[in-house]
Amino acid sequence: MNSLKRLSGFIWIALGVAAVFMMARQAGTEISAAITANKAVLDTKMFWYIIIPIFSPIMAGLCLFGWYAWKGEYDVIARDSEHLV
Amino acid sequence: MTSTSASEPMESRGLMKVITASSVGTLIEWYDFYIYGAMSVIIAKQFFPQDNPTAAFLAALATFAAGFVVRPFGALVFGRIGDVIGRKYTFLLTLLLMGGSTFAIGLIPGYASIGIWAPVLILLLRFVQGLALGGEYGGAATYVAEHSPVGRRGYFTAYIQTTATLGFFLSLGVILTTRKTVGVEAFNDWGWRIPFIVSIFLIAVSVYIRLKMAESPLFAKIKKEGKVSANPLKESFANKRNLKMVLLALFAAVMGQGVVWYTGQFYAQTFIERTMSVEFEQVRYLLCFSILAATPFFLVFGAWSDKIGRKTIMLAGMLLAIVTYRPIYKMMYSYSDVKAKTEIAENGSRGVAVAVAANGDSTITTTSVAVYTDGSTLKTVKKEVKLADASKPAAKPETTKTLWLSSAGFWMIAFLVFIQILYVTMVYGPIAAFLVELFPTRIRYTSMSLPYHIGNGIFGGLTPFIATRLFDASKTSENPGGDPYVGLWYPIIIAGVCFVIGLLYLPNKNDEDVND
Repeated sequence: MNSLKRLSGFIWIALGVAAVFMMARQAGTEISAAITANKAVLDTKMFWYIIIPIFSPIMAGLCLFGWYAWKGEYDVIARDSEHLV
Repeated sequence: MTSTSASEPMESRGLMKVITASSVGTLIEWYDFYIYGAMSVIIAKQFFPQDNPTAAFLAALATFAAGFVVRPFGALVFGRIGDVIGRKYTFLLTLLLMGGSTFAIGLIPGYASIGIWAPVLILLLRFVQGLALGGEYGGAATYVAEHSPVGRRGYFTAYIQTTATLGFFLSLGVILTTRKTVGVEAFNDWGWRIPFIVSIFLIAVSVYIRLKMAESPLFAKIKKEGKVSANPLKESFANKRNLKMVLLALFAAVMGQGVVWYTGQFYAQTFIERTMSVEFEQVRYLLCFSILAATPFFLVFGAWSDKIGRKTIMLAGMLLAIVTYRPIYKMMYSYSDVKAKTEIAENGSRGVAVAVAANGDSTITTTSVAVYTDGSTLKTVKKEVKLADASKPAAKPETTKTLWLSSAGFWMIAFLVFIQILYVTMVYGPIAAFLVELFPTRIRYTSMSLPYHIGNGIFGGLTPFIATRLFDASKTSENPGGDPYVGLWYPIIIAGVCFVIGLLYLPNKNDEDVND
């Protein structure tokens, strides 16, 4: 089980990186399409200007989670919360 | 580890007082937060005229930034205060801020009176609302959990979990009652202010109740022993051993819980109203029935999580949602799909009205009513403007559809929404106890509030918006109606990832001792 936990850590890192990359690519495509068509430019920009800064740090958190998993930090979950600090 | 006197079970009468005092305040905060969303269309007309780009920009910012971005910041600010000064005074402060800002929104003159100051003031007050909400939940959940006896924490904190749904129910009820009392026209003009102003009385009652409460026994104990954290933010997020638990809470539980909650309670409403075009009041009534029927299950699943573990119930709720969302929404949509219905031609009607403006432009309004054999009625209003100056480009005709469901359709959709809210009760009922048990007393408020508000405010809160946007993007020239179910992929994928992470990494055993 612990090997599976560690190995899948790599998946979470890849997922975090892929999500940011896909968001940036989609934002570029949609904003340029809106500008070309001169349609809903403000709405499109607003959507992505909000989505990307909000989700990018969260995806960085997912990568960090994956890193910790990969390093075996979740092999044993502390049962006593006193040992967390 | 043995429980100390601070964690000894309170007498049940005393505990119910604690729960009532905490729940009433939290319920009112949710009410305050939801009435803005429920009346965003009216508020937009009063404060954010669409022909002014700055005002339109502020409108979007007020809707998104305050609801989603500011909540995690509120969690950090008030979480820190709660871990340093105490739970009681912190959630008194959040209550006052929420109530004060809601009351003030009800008093602000519209854009027509004070110009750009109107949207700026609304935006500022909405920020304060978001901050206050970010601080409230962690305080209330922590406060109740720290009073609860071992082995019943899931059950007692589930009372706090009902408040978000009941706050939504209360907001729907107050809005419907006010609308019925003053009439639709007066409501859109000034009556919408009443639900905001009423908030001040609700807050006054809640503050009175909360002032009489004592500090959490666990916090009082660590304060007496001088163990209060000097820097909860640093201890929570700069300490790897705690940070990894914050990340685990977010990605293995709260992220999926957030999307299941917002799909069942809010995207369902958006879908029924926008995609299915069901009439305004019918939507609110069927939501009210579904919410009322499902709310007791928060307590059922909260209590059950004390026996079989938080993980089992939360992940079961997520899995059920992942597997059944598409069939549920397909079944709901079938009640509005007129292609599959048989029209009773002799019961329908069609009328055309032409209005000519002073500049010679004419507006042609075509109203048609179709009655179907299943008892539903569809009203279609098409407005077309013919410009006097034919050289100018003509505007696109505007079509509005309103569907009145048959009695059977109404109850069937109410039942399908009830099922979705049942999933909400499974994932959301045990979450407060789960989060409280994950973190130590000295930094509990801060540590649990941040993942909660990222999961619910951002992943969950954006669900209706992202799902609706996916639906709009699916409309093409080949398929102008779009794919009505495409929006569901967002909650399904997020809940799916969360389910796998939860299954792999979460322990199912409850931490019996939160006295550390």
